[in-house]
Amino acid sequence: MSTLKQRHARKIFLTHCVLILLSLIFFMPFLWMLTTAVKPIEETLTSPPQWIPKHVLLGNFPKAISYNSEALGYIPLLVYARNTLVVTILCVCGAVMSNSLVAYSFARQKWRGKDLFFGVTLATMMVPFPVLMVPTFSLFRWLGWVGTFRPLWIPAFFGSAFSIFLLRQFFKSIPMELSEAAKIDGASEFKIFTNIIVPLAKPALTVVAIFTFMGTWNDFLGPLIYLVDQKTFTLSLGLQAYQTQHGGTPWNLLMAATLLVILPLVIVFFFAQKVFIQGIATSGGK
Amino acid sequence: MNSKRDARIGVLFALPWIFGFLIFLLYPILASLFYSFTNYSVLRQPKWVGISNYQELASDQVFHQTLANTLYYVVGAVPLGSVIAIGLAMLLNTKVKGMALYRTLFYLPSLVPMVALGTLFLWVFNGDYGLLNNALRGLGFSPPNWLGEPSWSKWTLILISTWGSGQAMVIYLAALQDVPVSLYEAAELDGAKLWQKTKNVTLPMISPVILFNVLMGIIGSLQVFAVPYVMFPDGSPARSTYFFSSYLYDNAFRFQRMGYASAIGWVMFVITLVLTLIALKVSERHVHYDRS
Repeated sequence: MSTLKQRHARKIFLTHCVLILLSLIFFMPFLWMLTTAVKPIEETLTSPPQWIPKHVLLGNFPKAISYNSEALGYIPLLVYARNTLVVTILCVCGAVMSNSLVAYSFARQKWRGKDLFFGVTLATMMVPFPVLMVPTFSLFRWLGWVGTFRPLWIPAFFGSAFSIFLLRQFFKSIPMELSEAAKIDGASEFKIFTNIIVPLAKPALTVVAIFTFMGTWNDFLGPLIYLVDQKTFTLSLGLQAYQTQHGGTPWNLLMAATLLVILPLVIVFFFAQKVFIQGIATSGGK
Repeated sequence: MNSKRDARIGVLFALPWIFGFLIFLLYPILASLFYSFTNYSVLRQPKWVGISNYQELASDQVFHQTLANTLYYVVGAVPLGSVIAIGLAMLLNTKVKGMALYRTLFYLPSLVPMVALGTLFLWVFNGDYGLLNNALRGLGFSPPNWLGEPSWSKWTLILISTWGSGQAMVIYLAALQDVPVSLYEAAELDGAKLWQKTKNVTLPMISPVILFNVLMGIIGSLQVFAVPYVMFPDGSPARSTYFFSSYLYDNAFRFQRMGYASAIGWVMFVITLVLTLIALKVSERHVHYDRS
């Protein structure tokens, strides 16, 4: 028996070793980001690289938040953050509302052409975004929305194939008897949806919310096409302003700003990861 | 009567997506097909020019290069990314302490905005003072100039893409958690080793998810845009990092040639369809859907 136990212990130890080694490789660039973010600019481009900064400048963070230089101009990180937050919150609300309604219809209601339309919906996941780019841009230009946030968040209120698919799988796993019992009690379809299905589907809704949150928070192409005025830029677009074509990039401040941008995402993921993975497990792949 | 009313309510629930599908998918697809036969820009009404955009594409050297670059990138990034994502997911599916931390660590790179990712890696891969080459030199290699040589620049981007394997990893992880433990126990009773268990239990059980992720990987890689756009704004060196989407973007928004851009888009769409069908065909024999 003891050999079996030993073997088990050795296996766990080995797994830990591999995991630690791999996470070091994965984490290296982050560590680099972290040390660079607190270095003075002179220490950023040394060879060999210095992992432990000689001087720790926490002041880089407030400096990154309102950066102003002759070369790059004023970079209002907090304004970008607010813009990103507004767009992201609107998108998450839109995505959760629209996709859950649509997925409910696909999963638990009967109407003619439903299955065919669902098949078409799945097939639309194959359509590359760039194919849609020109006509969608023309449409929003015609509406006079270029330069506003509207092209970035309004589509979220009309659903997306991937989220519909994810939620439909989850809704299908909830026993039909629950709906039927409620119907006998005189509950309307909408009431069944809000009072029974939505509360049960929290893990799957969390997944959709998180995927949408991250997709929007990090979206680059959308803001690049639709936003014109620097005051309306989102973080991912605004971060680019730190880069200069001709050298002289304030690497330390860029890294400090980047850290501030991803910090909310990291915190959300760390606490949500269990629900998140459960949610995917119960909705996808079945 | 009742079922008719039910059907009406059903359609009512689906209404957002019915409109979304019509406005943001069907209309743009058809419109871009139409535009691809026109000469069109923001300043000009579309003017029908027949197939001349496609004729031009057939002889456009730059386009051919972006096509080759993009396919090269897909062929490099998708298999590599899949192997890494599945491997990580299997490691993360073991029961050891500190899993939440490990999971977060591996998922973290997927949270980094593309722009930040690009900037960070410009630095890591820098030939002279980059982190990677410093390490490689320390180990006694003479490393390449990753960013400056056309033969390495695409591999730089492929390697960077694997850093973001976390997204696929969580989906694999979820699928792995769904594999019944009893199957492994049965395999162990038959004396199956780790590799045999992987080959005969794990991979077949998660094969639908592999197919899904590979398809999403192909479709996503064909559209690669943000990281190359940030790292190599002009597609340098020697246009080795100039991809489909970058060329489409440049044509649409820099050169004001939206008709031509639409034609590029349609070629991309057709290639996506063909690759997807090939993947589906190849997978037919390997994917197991029935699970009880």
